[in-house]
This record gives sequence, structure tokens and C-alpha cells, in this order.
Amino acid sequence: MTNTYLISGAALPDGTRTDIVLRDGVLAELGTGLSAAGAQRIDADGLVALPGLVDLHTHLREPGYEQSETVLTGTQAAAAGGFTAVFAMANTSPVADTAGVVEQELSLGEQAGYATVQPIGAVTVGLAGEQLAELGAMASSRARVRVFSDDGACVWDPVLMRRALEYVKSFDGVIAQHAQEPRLTVGAQMNEGAVSGELGLTGWPAVAEESIIARDVLLAEHVGSSLHICHVSTAGSVDVLRWAKARGIRVTAEVTPHHLLLDEELVRSFDARYKVNPPLRRREDVLALREALADGTIDIVATDHAPHPVENKDCEWDAAANGMVGLESALSVVHASVVQTGQLNWTDVARVLSSEPARIGRITSHGQGLVVGAPGHVTVYDPSASRAFGTADLAGKGVNSPYLGRTLPGRVIATFHSGFATVLDGQLRPADEVAGSAEQRMAARV
Amino acid sequence: MSARVVLQQADIARALTRISHEILESNRGADDLVLLGIPTRGVLLADRIAGIISEITGTPMEAGSLDVTMYRDDLAKHPTRTPAPTRIPASGIDGKTVILVDDVLYSGRTIRAALDAINDIGRPRAVRLAALVDRGHRELPIRPDYVGKNLPSAQTERINVRLAELDGADLVSIDSAAS
Amino acid sequence: MRHLLSTRDLDQESAVRLLDVAEDMADTQQREVKKLPTLRGKTVVNLFFEDSTRTRISFEAASKRLSADVINFSAKGSSVSKGESLKDTAQTLQAMGADAVVIRHPASGAPQTLATSGWIDAGILNAGDGTHEHPTQALLDAFTIRKRVHGIASRGRNLDGLSVTIVGDILHSRVARSNVWLLTTLGATVTLVAPPTLVPVDTRAWPVTISYDLDEALAAGPDVVMMLRIQGERMRDAFFPNSREYSRRWGLDDGRLHRLDPTTIVMHPGPMNRGLEISAAAADSPMSTVREQVTNGVSVRMAALYLLLSGDREN
Repeated sequence: MTNTYLISGAALPDGTRTDIVLRDGVLAELGTGLSAAGAQRIDADGLVALPGLVDLHTHLREPGYEQSETVLTGTQAAAAGGFTAVFAMANTSPVADTAGVVEQELSLGEQAGYATVQPIGAVTVGLAGEQLAELGAMASSRARVRVFSDDGACVWDPVLMRRALEYVKSFDGVIAQHAQEPRLTVGAQMNEGAVSGELGLTGWPAVAEESIIARDVLLAEHVGSSLHICHVSTAGSVDVLRWAKARGIRVTAEVTPHHLLLDEELVRSFDARYKVNPPLRRREDVLALREALADGTIDIVATDHAPHPVENKDCEWDAAANGMVGLESALSVVHASVVQTGQLNWTDVARVLSSEPARIGRITSHGQGLVVGAPGHVTVYDPSASRAFGTADLAGKGVNSPYLGRTLPGRVIATFHSGFATVLDGQLRPADEVAGSAEQRMAARV
Repeated sequence: MSARVVLQQADIARALTRISHEILESNRGADDLVLLGIPTRGVLLADRIAGIISEITGTPMEAGSLDVTMYRDDLAKHPTRTPAPTRIPASGIDGKTVILVDDVLYSGRTIRAALDAINDIGRPRAVRLAALVDRGHRELPIRPDYVGKNLPSAQTERINVRLAELDGADLVSIDSAAS
Repeated sequence: MRHLLSTRDLDQESAVRLLDVAEDMADTQQREVKKLPTLRGKTVVNLFFEDSTRTRISFEAASKRLSADVINFSAKGSSVSKGESLKDTAQTLQAMGADAVVIRHPASGAPQTLATSGWIDAGILNAGDGTHEHPTQALLDAFTIRKRVHGIASRGRNLDGLSVTIVGDILHSRVARSNVWLLTTLGATVTLVAPPTLVPVDTRAWPVTISYDLDEALAAGPDVVMMLRIQGERMRDAFFPNSREYSRRWGLDDGRLHRLDPTTIVMHPGPMNRGLEISAAAADSPMSTVREQVTNGVSVRMAALYLLLSGDREN
């Protein structure tokens, strides 16, 4: 098995044409007319080379919900989508609220080899919102947890939120808030507005998100800590964030690909693939989110990849689970929603999908960009392709993608994680091959 | 399509007059007689026969209508039919002689449905059948008591009855698909 | 008609056609023999995930008078309450050869999911889904209004020029939604009256006028006043302070009844909370159509079943 790759004739995010040599896990050479003995050659003429993508918001479901996804299948989905690192959300069973669970997730990721799995720790024990989890133990564990989130649930108690923000200052941690005022969203099924009124679905008002963000940026300011807002979904939230950033508050924010492309009109079909939390919003929210991503008010795109078994979506709307798979389609959806509209160029894409998420997540092994000496995380993307997105494009266990049947631009041609190919010719490399290279790499490190 | 005219307005008028006389003759007058037309054109024919009988007897006579849609056996084979109203003269049909009136008698299935429909409305003393045209090809043991004209036809042909009230002119033609 | 899921997607022509067929059905219901052979051999399943004896027996009567075989499948005490999914239930009904499924479900959109899922080929008739729609209720209301106003000359008529005021819990009412779409499609003008807490937050796209003041709305002299059932549990969720205040501000009490023009039509979809949203005198007055609504419900549902199940299903 080769551990040298020559990617020839790729365009860097800034448009420069170059060859790229990956050797022994690192980006060894950049330049034109490169050759490398024994290298596997990837013809990247007309393709874009991006730094390996980093997802700050992934649900890998393992341990506990292996029927939905495992670390292996989830990172396969990640690789297929061009991701080389994923932050695994804490709402597993058991919840990732102890050093033991986060170290287990880290190990599973290392064994699978498709992507770096960086665990996120729970803020509160069992995500119950009552008692702080052992944040320090998780931070000093082998998993080196820096991002803490009760995602799926809001850290609603203002005192608890304040304490969490304060506590993580000792190890430069960040609290990632799922902003949802629980009392305002009891039984909520979709965005509250014109469509919910017609369909008779219980509304999820924008104010339930905006009021929590407003409270938390003020708390972060008060205690001088850093706050990250998960899946921002409304124009009002953008306004609050813009205000907070102008004030110098250390707040970062993410938007999901689906909130950049899809809107609440889709709910009229009662097709549960469109059921997600926070819900799809109005068209004007979608446009405001795109603008906010372009002007930096929103820092990054994160997938909120949320696989579910078929039976949890193949049912009436109220009974359906919230969430969409998103890793495999993320880059194409970003391409369609903000690149094709001219709001982001490929340098911006590298920023919002690689360097910034790595910086917010406090990992240094990713997000360094395509520079000589950086770890060999590279995504090769064909921006001129166009495909009817189908289940064959999904690599994880979940098929709950809202894009099935939709035409999406672009295609991931190759993904390299730590210098090894996880995707070549648009096809996922076999699990044993990828695990084998991961094993080599681990052995080399010792 | 080629159309061949088989009955002109005068032929139709003559046929209806003859049918009216035959009805009166076999019924021995207009007492206890109820004319029920089958929508759409059977209703118009029943009205005309009632008018002729009124003239002959000097006593006004009213025809009703009997919609058979809900009794048909071929509902699943055609686009959904919209039913037409059923109007039964106030005196009802119990113990009366009901004359069913239709424009074209063909398979007999419409009349079968009409007999069922009558059965749900009351119990007449007798039910008779008048048709402007009998084109044959019966699929059930049903025969008319009064016929305007026998028109042997091929099953590929279409008998087209037009009446002034609805179509602007009285005319019966045979339309055959051009070969 | 392949399915009847909502009134929102009915155009005026098909709505009037359905009401006209209901007139024919109503005529047959005056006879001694009320049963028609029309749907002989067809199987209609009443699939009720919510208790509603009134609606179920109305559909059952409608199916039986058209000679369809009726299977009542109630979620209570069945495999459904043991966690069987809507999909499994639908596939069971498909295997049993159901030709039509009349579904009542607490989840908005469940009938549409059933109709579009491919789990079952049967025609789907929405008998009330969550707080979304209840199309046959609106159709029977429209039928009742048309009959009161136009009498035997109803066939072919729409509701042009009529004003209808619907009063009560609009937010949670599938009856209100179905009536808003249907009555306006038929040409009526609709006013909704409710406490602001019980109106959806954004109704700009609704073809209605919204008022918070019942007396003002009644003073405008509507042709029809439709009172909706108010559920007691709403006061626990702070939609209004208590039933006394609700009744005083939004109930059709005797005082308001006497101020109405005597030709006003007073409607209620039932079951009524007498003394809360409607006084006993209003419910029992000659202006009230409450009992006609029940009678007409059978005719309208016969018409819906006929249009759903007769005719070539491919069309």
C-alpha cells in the first residue's frame, strides 16, 4: 500500500494551479511539475483542492444508538463528504459526560481511520440540565475535550450556563449552546409563522432561539468567557450576533447547510425528511443566514449530521424524529447556496469548513490549510460536476437526507486523512484498508 | 368519422306520437300511468310523450325522471359519473304503471339499473319500457314495449341522438369510425 | 377524486359538484329504502386514532347506505396503541384489500402522509387530522348553509354574497381551517373572531378578516355565525383566564342571540359546551342548524365516498 500521493494540476482555493505531494502523512511538497517516486497519481485537472473539511457538529450515535450510526459509518459518511475531522456530539447513551466515554469515542475514531473524531463533552450530567458534568476530567483526558455542549437540549438554567461558561475558562474551553427556550417550544413541530398556521403544526418561534442567544452573549460578556452558538437559524439571531460581535463579545456561531438552502415551504409536503431542530425557517431567514456567513457574523458551517433509522422518518410528522444526515451533501449544499450565488469563494469555503471550525474547536492537527509541512488532510472536489443526489451518494447508515432526488452541484473526488486516501475516484476506500493505514500511523507515532 | 342521418325531426315526432298512442292503447287510457325518463335525453323524451298524451286525453300529465347512476354495474369502468336528480311525480309509483323512457336501448344494463332504482322507490303494478331507438346487442333478457325505430348497428358504431332542448335540433345519426 | 385530504386544494367547481352529489344523496335519504347498491363489494375502513363517535358513525352510516363493507379500526385497544406504526397499519389494510380509508388522526398531515407514502393504494379520506383540516365537516357546513339559503334551488349554487363569522379557538381548530378555505372558495366572505391568543401568529395569507370583538362582528350582521367548541384545558395553558371570562367575551349567550337578525344561521360543529361557547337557547333556537348539520353530514360523506370510490381509479 502506497503512502505517497501525487495530486496533479489541482486548483488551490485561491485559484493557483499546483501539484501536491502527500508523503508519510504530511503535505510534503507544493508546486508545478512535481514528481514523486512510487506515488499514486491523482489527476486533478479542473478540480479544486481544499484543506480537509472539519465538522464541528456531528452526531455519530455510538455508543448507544448503533442502529442509527456508528463511529465507523459516521466517519465513512464524513470521508465521502470530504471531511477529515468531526466533532462528535455528546448525546450518546451513555452520554459523553465522563472521561471514560469521550476516550472510548476517540479510540473508536482512531481505529476506524476515516476521520479524526474529536469528542464533545456534555455540559451537564446526562444532558439533564441540572448538574455540571466533569468538564475538567474530560478536558484533561486523552480526548482533550475543549468543546462542551448539551446539544439536543438547551442549557436553559441561566445560573448553570453562567457557571459552565466560567468554569471552562481554566482550560480555554468553549460552551456550544443549543439555543432553544424550552417553554416556548413545547411540542413544537416546525417554524412558527404563516405555514405552521395553515398546516396546524405547533410552532417553534424564532424568539425561542433569539432570546437564549441574547441572554448567553450577555452572560459570556459578563464572565469574560467564550460561547459558541450551534445551528443559528433565524434572521433575528443574526442581528443579535452582529450586535454581540460589534461589542467585542467572544461569541462564534455556526449555520447548517440545510438552513442555507431549504425553507419551511417544504413542510407542506408533510415529508418527515424535512423535520429538523431548529426547524427550516422562512426564505428571508435563509437569505439572512447566507449574508451573515458571507460577512463573518456567522463563522462556520457545521452539518448537524443526524442519522435516524428509516422507521423514525417513515411515519406521520408529529411522530418523526428531528434531524437530517448532512455530511455527504454538505460541500455541495454550501456550493449551491453560497458559492454559486457569488457570496463565498473557495478560500471562504476553506475558512468556514476547515480552518475556523478547527480553531473554534481548539484542535491544531486540522485546519492548517494547504501548506507544506501541514498534516496531509486534503479534499479534492469537482466543482463542475452536477448530480441527482441519491441514496448511492450516502455513505453512513442514515438515509434521512432532504436532498434525495434534488440536483446538487459538485462532487468529492478524493479525500485524504493524515496522508491516506479515504476516498478515491469518488469511491470510499474499503474499511480494512483505511483501518490498516490508521494502524500503521498509530504505530509510527509510538 | 362519418355520420349517417337515420331520423329527421319529423321522423322523431312521428315516432313519439305513435309511441304515445300505443301506450294509451295498451294501458287503456292515461289513468295510473307514470312516465319516468332516464337522464339525460330520456327525460326530454318522457316530457314530450307526456305532452302528447296530455293533448290526446285533454288531461295534463307530468313526467318524472329516474337517475340510475347509483345503480349502475359499470361505475368502476368509466370516469366518475355525476348523478342527475330523480324526480318522482307527487302521486308516487305504488300500484301505478311506470313507463321507463330512454333514448337508445343497447345492452340493457341501464334498464337493469333502472329496475333496481324503481324497486327502492316503491312497488309499481307494472313497469314498461319505451325507447326512441333500439340498436340491438342486448346483454340481458330485456326487451322494449314501445320502440320508435329499430336500428340494427355494428358495435363499433355510435348512435347519436340529438334533441332540440339540449342540442339545438332533433336528429338521430349513426357515427362510424372512419376505417 | 383520488383522495379528499383538505379543502384548500378544492376548486369551486369540484366543491359545488360534491355538494350537488350530496343533494342527490340527501334525496335518497328521504325514502323508505335509504340504501343504495352503488359501492357494493367495496371495503371502507374507518381508521380512527382519536375517539370521535359522532364522526365515525356518520361515516359508517354513509358507507353502509352506499352498500360498502365497513371495517372499524379504532386505535384504542388495538395493536396501534402497542406501538404499531402508521405504516404497518396501512400495509395491513392494503393487504386486506381496503378500497378507501377514512382516517382520523391526532397528527396534522397524517392523511397526506398516508396518501403520498405508497404504503397503500386506497383512496384516503381525511376525517380530521390534528389541528390541520376536517374537510367533510366544512363541506357539510357549506351544504347546510346553501340549503338554508337556497332551499330546493341549491343545486349548482355557490355561496356568493354570504358573510360567515367563525368564533372561537381558531388556532387549534381544523374545522375553522377547512371552513376558511372552502367557504371563501365558494364565494363567501369570512370573519374570524377569537381571543388574540387563539389566532395563529401569521394569518396574513388567509382570505379572512380577523376581529377580537364578538359584539362588533355580530353588529355587522353576518348571514352565518359559526361557534367552535372551546376546550377547557386551554385555560390551563393561559390562552384565556377562565371559562367565565371566555363565555362573557366570546360566547354566543342569550343577549347576543337576541340581538341577531332572526334570519341569521347559527351553526356549531358539535359536540357543544352549552353555557360556554353557546347558550342553550342559541343551540335550540330555530336559527340553529345543529341537527341539520348532523343529518347533512351523512349525505355529504356519501357524496365524498361516491366520488372517491366510483369511477376508474386511474383518473
